[in-house]
Amino acid sequence: MKEWRYWLAEQRGTLLAFGIFIVMFAIYSANHPAGFTANVVQTAANKGVLLAFVAMAQTLVVITAGIDLSVGMIFTLTNCMASWLVIGTGLETAFGVVAVLGTGVICGAVNGAIVIYGRLQPIVATIATGAVYFGLALLLRPVPGGSVNEDLADFLTGRFFGFVPASLMALFVVVLIVWVPFSRSELGRAAYAAGSSETAAYMSGVPIRRGKFLAYTLAGLLAAIGGLFLTFFTYTGEAAYASGNAYTLFSIAAVVLGGVSLFGGKGSAIGAIFGALAFRTIGDLLFVFDFDPLWQPLFQGVILLIAVSLGAFALFRVRNRLEWFL
Amino acid sequence: MDGAAPLFRMEGISKRYGGVRALEKADLTVTAGSIHAILGENGAGKSTLIKVMAGVVAPDEGNMTLEGRDVTFASPAAANHAGIVCIFQELSLIPELSVADNIVISDPPKRFGMIDRKAQRRIAEEALARAGASDIHPLALVKDLPLSRRQMVEIAKALARKPRILILDEATSALTAADVAKIFGVLKRLREQGLALLYISHRMNEIAELADQCTVFRNGRNVASYAAGSKTDNEVVELMIGREYSHIFPPKPARPQAGTPVLEARDLSWSDRLDKISLSVAAGEVVGLGGLDGQGQRELLLAFFGVLRGLSGQILVDGKPVSIASPSTASDDRVGMALIPEDRKTEGLMLPMTVRENLSFAALDRLSKAGVIDRGAEQRLIDDMVGLLAIKTAGLDIPVGALSGGNQQKVVIAKWLMRQPRIILLNDPTRGIDVGTKQELYQLMRKLADAGAAILFYSTDYDELIGCCDRVLVLYDGAVKRELIGAEITERALIASALNIHGDDARAGQGESA
Repeated sequence: MKEWRYWLAEQRGTLLAFGIFIVMFAIYSANHPAGFTANVVQTAANKGVLLAFVAMAQTLVVITAGIDLSVGMIFTLTNCMASWLVIGTGLETAFGVVAVLGTGVICGAVNGAIVIYGRLQPIVATIATGAVYFGLALLLRPVPGGSVNEDLADFLTGRFFGFVPASLMALFVVVLIVWVPFSRSELGRAAYAAGSSETAAYMSGVPIRRGKFLAYTLAGLLAAIGGLFLTFFTYTGEAAYASGNAYTLFSIAAVVLGGVSLFGGKGSAIGAIFGALAFRTIGDLLFVFDFDPLWQPLFQGVILLIAVSLGAFALFRVRNRLEWFL
Repeated sequence: MDGAAPLFRMEGISKRYGGVRALEKADLTVTAGSIHAILGENGAGKSTLIKVMAGVVAPDEGNMTLEGRDVTFASPAAANHAGIVCIFQELSLIPELSVADNIVISDPPKRFGMIDRKAQRRIAEEALARAGASDIHPLALVKDLPLSRRQMVEIAKALARKPRILILDEATSALTAADVAKIFGVLKRLREQGLALLYISHRMNEIAELADQCTVFRNGRNVASYAAGSKTDNEVVELMIGREYSHIFPPKPARPQAGTPVLEARDLSWSDRLDKISLSVAAGEVVGLGGLDGQGQRELLLAFFGVLRGLSGQILVDGKPVSIASPSTASDDRVGMALIPEDRKTEGLMLPMTVRENLSFAALDRLSKAGVIDRGAEQRLIDDMVGLLAIKTAGLDIPVGALSGGNQQKVVIAKWLMRQPRIILLNDPTRGIDVGTKQELYQLMRKLADAGAAILFYSTDYDELIGCCDRVLVLYDGAVKRELIGAEITERALIASALNIHGDDARAGQGESA
């Protein structure tokens, strides 16, 4: 095989997600009453970026063969915190941002500690911590309210040079300073190794626990970045239970669309980002076609089912039927 | 050997798993610049010895010294750090990562805190070249490689760690002859470079070609060490034999007249694991499957039971060809087959569910009318089984996981007997259970055969094959290498044919026992 074929094989999931996104977005903008304009792109980017952050967070945990059902709640909690803290003078705002992101890190670290050192199953552990995080959010914002430093908010949700959405640039920067170093670090590889085959990784002397812990912690950070951006878009904090849960579930859908294997060890956050953007676009497609919004969940569900079914074809090649259950 | 100072020494190492002793005061001395072969039959303690050396299990007692200093290894990483690298029989490669990722996995080269992919690529290419496997692309994913290539990657990975002591546990078992030749060249070169190599293999010809020193293990102890070539194959087999006969086996009936075979296979092949296997089992017969662990015995049983896809060859039941597509076809009344699986915890039982539920699972279709379970019939049948097998349980409604290992195994067997199978396949059913229960199982097996069942029995314990079977088929590399009938089934004949030794030695053993 040629060199580029290996690269292609490795990036297939990401490229597929990218392809789905491009097709969906082309249909979307072609049928949008306003057409492909800076405004349309900016609005779409601002909606998509939120899910993209949460999906990146989910990716990190899914790579370790875990799942994080608390990402949506960390997202909600940090939104509520930001509506209290990210305000005032430049220095106060900076302190607020650090505090919000720090909270996300702590939430993620708690998840990691419980799963890795407490040896609880990720699904149960994160349902429980997710409920705790939502409880805290509710105490912070019993009713929607608060505000945010509007200069910063407008800057990060506006446009650069008149056409580049700032939120997209922010996403790009986060990928550059969080995901790229992680995926190329020794601990990042340990997270992949642990997800792919924990016993083989252990036998090879890989730092499994530290790798997984880092993955959970960074997941908390990324969810918090998402929460911060939500505050920038809405100018308020709201402990919305349904929206938190929806983000958790959509993040899993985005991850799968992005070619990240739920069995662990495979996939990239870049794929998950395109998965998230594609998923959002699918949801918005109906609006440009003037369908009743009632159809949205049904339509989104069908598209998702088709996308994930593509991944199950490998089972037809299995020769020992016991491998179906591995 | 000459008076070279030992590089590594193990003294008085013991290890028990539950009540089973795996190692009993074992000693081993490893010298730099030599290849040391370890021999012993299944369960002689070789694997445990290596695991202790490689930091995978901690010994209960004994001490290890490296260059005269006491050492203990808390983890495989610690052993690696000390220069001891092991190539395990079960591969330690990570399937979703690339070959290059795997080769440098324990200590990737770094630049600015991140993995330096260029350096990684260079190291991987170098290691693959040293292992004589330059044909493997460093960017290929391990899961896409065939087994023999993976084994070469495993060897390259070990070499990339620059070991001082390299342990190869059956490392050539999956390799092609051409690869074996390459690896032997590599190993000899490493010996010249002053490495100590520990070589575990069942292939006598490989040991004859490679080893400088040999140590034989039996019952968890080292029973003999000798310079390679100073003993004949026959003497080596003699050293490996010698387990005490501690089980009582039921008397075997006079050899029955060969009736129509109930179960028959013709030229059964699957993947590269089964190679044109033909056999037949008649009613009332207990046929053993012998040979070293992992020579295709499990796959053969799974093939009969409809688990494997893409089989070639024929399976006949009562002389008629059948196609068995799944375990449920295998166990229906037309075929009447039951498989007692090897791993009762995952393939035999639902541990958290009750004894009653576990017993009924395989027979629910027989016990229900129009989809509703006939509780009365179920209870009667369960009572019969609990009585027949003397299952000791505090009640039928406690989780089966609470029973002892022996009683759990009885539940697995009873569950299948509820269907009154005519063909019973047993996959190493006595592993990890106590002697008393073993004895009951031997008697049960004979009782079922006397009642007309055809039994195919795989065991890693040679005593059991000798004590229970009317005939034994010895498998090697997925093919039946030898059939032993009646009095021919001796430990010597089993070991010799399991090692696939041809020539005078094996025949001498056979002559003595006949």
